[in-house]
Amino acid sequence: MKTGRTTIAIMGNPNSGKTTLFIKLTGSNQHVGNWPGVTVDRKTGQIHHAGKVVDVVDLPGIYSLSPFTQEEIIAREFVLSDELDGILNIVDATNIERNLYLTMQLIALGLPMVIALNFIDDCRAQGVQIDCQTMSDLLGVRVIPISARHGENMDALLDAVTGTLTPPAHQPDYLHGVGAAIRRVSGLLDGQPLRRASLPFYAEKLLEGDSHVQKTLSLPDPVRHEISHVALSLCSHQNSTDNQMIMADALYDFIEGVVKQCYVRPENPPLTTTERIDRVVMNKWLALPIFALIMCVMFLATFGPIGSTLMDGLDGLIQGRLSPAVESGLLAIGASDWVIGLVCDGIIGGVGGVVSFLPQIVILFLFLSVLEDTGYLARIAFIMDTLLRKIGLSGKSFVPMLMGFGCTTPAVMAARTMENEDDRRMTIMLTPFMSCGAKLPVYALFSAAFFPAHAGLVTISLYVLGIVMAIVAGFILKKTVFRSVSSGFVLELPTYRLPTFKGTVRNMWTRAKDFLTKAGTIIFLMSVLIWLLQNFTPTLGVAENSADSILGAFGQLIAPIFAPLGFGFWQAAVSLLAGLVAKEAVVSTLSVLYGAGGDSAMLATILAGAFSPLTAYCFLVFILLYMPCMSAFATIKREMGGWRWAFGSAAFQIALAWLTAFLIHTVGSLFF
Amino acid sequence: MKTLANLKPGQTGVVQSITAEGAVKQHFLDMGITRGVRIQLERRAPFGDPLAVRLRGYSLSLRKDEARKICIVD
Repeated sequence: MKTGRTTIAIMGNPNSGKTTLFIKLTGSNQHVGNWPGVTVDRKTGQIHHAGKVVDVVDLPGIYSLSPFTQEEIIAREFVLSDELDGILNIVDATNIERNLYLTMQLIALGLPMVIALNFIDDCRAQGVQIDCQTMSDLLGVRVIPISARHGENMDALLDAVTGTLTPPAHQPDYLHGVGAAIRRVSGLLDGQPLRRASLPFYAEKLLEGDSHVQKTLSLPDPVRHEISHVALSLCSHQNSTDNQMIMADALYDFIEGVVKQCYVRPENPPLTTTERIDRVVMNKWLALPIFALIMCVMFLATFGPIGSTLMDGLDGLIQGRLSPAVESGLLAIGASDWVIGLVCDGIIGGVGGVVSFLPQIVILFLFLSVLEDTGYLARIAFIMDTLLRKIGLSGKSFVPMLMGFGCTTPAVMAARTMENEDDRRMTIMLTPFMSCGAKLPVYALFSAAFFPAHAGLVTISLYVLGIVMAIVAGFILKKTVFRSVSSGFVLELPTYRLPTFKGTVRNMWTRAKDFLTKAGTIIFLMSVLIWLLQNFTPTLGVAENSADSILGAFGQLIAPIFAPLGFGFWQAAVSLLAGLVAKEAVVSTLSVLYGAGGDSAMLATILAGAFSPLTAYCFLVFILLYMPCMSAFATIKREMGGWRWAFGSAAFQIALAWLTAFLIHTVGSLFF
Repeated sequence: MKTLANLKPGQTGVVQSITAEGAVKQHFLDMGITRGVRIQLERRAPFGDPLAVRLRGYSLSLRKDEARKICIVD
């Protein structure tokens, strides 16, 4: 997909401020996070500067070009393709040694390149002095000190990336025979159909014994033998058997040399802010209480007084003001009854009921975004690892799980940071059990109608049940489908950083927009469709009674499946079907089916006639556990890599939902 | 053989060798756990596992099982 324009990639470690820089350079809309690997999709933008246009690809944050995580593979394949004209390597100046490790691998690619030395303001504050000119000379690549969040030195960087980028001036001469071995192997590869400038990269990987590179190159036998000969003699020269380690040692030795010459740390540096914060929030005794407190605040703010007050206000505005206004407007222009019915009951009732959840969703994502951007999410993984290991997951699963309380779709995508395929798949399958924000309207409606005195308790019990079922399901899956040993838990604990106001607002706006778009499109269409299906009979006559309608007929067909669970009537069945499109639609569908016109008090009264408290609870349990909405389902299919996994996990979830609801109904019937 | 897992919070050691294999070893190396690097055990998680260590000016968390694969000397 080569356009005529120059294409550069932004590459750097996770938490190096890569996404902030991308937004700064391109002005494009993107989420900034601190959890390693938030940037998993390929994001592109354009730099417009001094009359020039450059395409920019924001590659996932990676620590190296070894092919172990999905991100590394994506990045590696992209940099070795012909699509790329240059690299903008962003380096966290406060964590220079480890960041330069990737830089050294990028230099070996021989592509035109520039280094943006980020967080230069933090370095100054810590009293660190960096000689960028010396660093440029030693690395052979231009180094530009910047602060992406404060926009410091952006013009110099923009000039550099829109001007002519140059390839590294020289390849580093690694000590102890490593440099010589790389040159030797590069020479052997000369003549192969490879980008000539990148031969040092291939040479390093072949010396390390990288099986991916070995496979893709399919070198002729004599060359292969010659290379393994070089690799062996490098080993014996170093008195070691491990070339992977020899290469890493050589790179880090070189980096330490560079750092020694151009990076001056103050003597006896004071404790960094991050170390001081960690002394408190990671303290053996305080860590758990602080974590629990933060979770409580988050859930109280979202689902407690603040969230529900805002929600009631919005609800009142829509039902009390908008709906009557539209109705009188339509009457004034002489619209027929069925148009008024469609607009006020179908559309405003359906879409309005869902839109009123906007405040809660925005608050929840505000918290998640701040937790992510500050760097606390990685600490949560650290604190929770031991507990999650007991059900066969790792601390890294906690973040996707936590995000699952907001929305399953991004949560499933967040699982991409996990290296072990089994861990990742299992996390994806269990995430839907974390009750997503869209299920809350259903809980709120039913618990207010059937358990007015204990509405909060009922809602909490559903959240807890979801977690318990995830543990049970995790246990079952670990014993049957996923038996491999859990992967490691090597996770960076990033520097705490204040989230930028712009980044947080941008993130919340994206979520709100997604939600409103969904309400405006899918749920709008669903509301219209359901209203039509419910008002017309299978012979396309006007239905006198909803039960005679097309929807009623189909609902009656599948309703018997739910009879053992206590809600074997067609309205419930149809609303569950609608819930597959979006969980919020369960409420709007019931509202339309029972002709409540979006009036939740009226709907609650009608529902009280259809459900008993026990069957209402079973209905909620089924909604909690059965397969997630279409958007999440499609994401699961994409992330699991096939329909087999997607349908398999959906079947697993539906079966578990049915069995659990059945069990509760059967046992409950003995008592109530 | 003394490993990283034997350190007490606050103690430091110098990495001598790594006994891990495959992806875990590569991950260690990528994160800068190489021979000769000085590494400090910062703290243990509330349940005793995983561990937080500090090296090359940044913090990293890893499990006890993994720390046992990093041999150190004082």
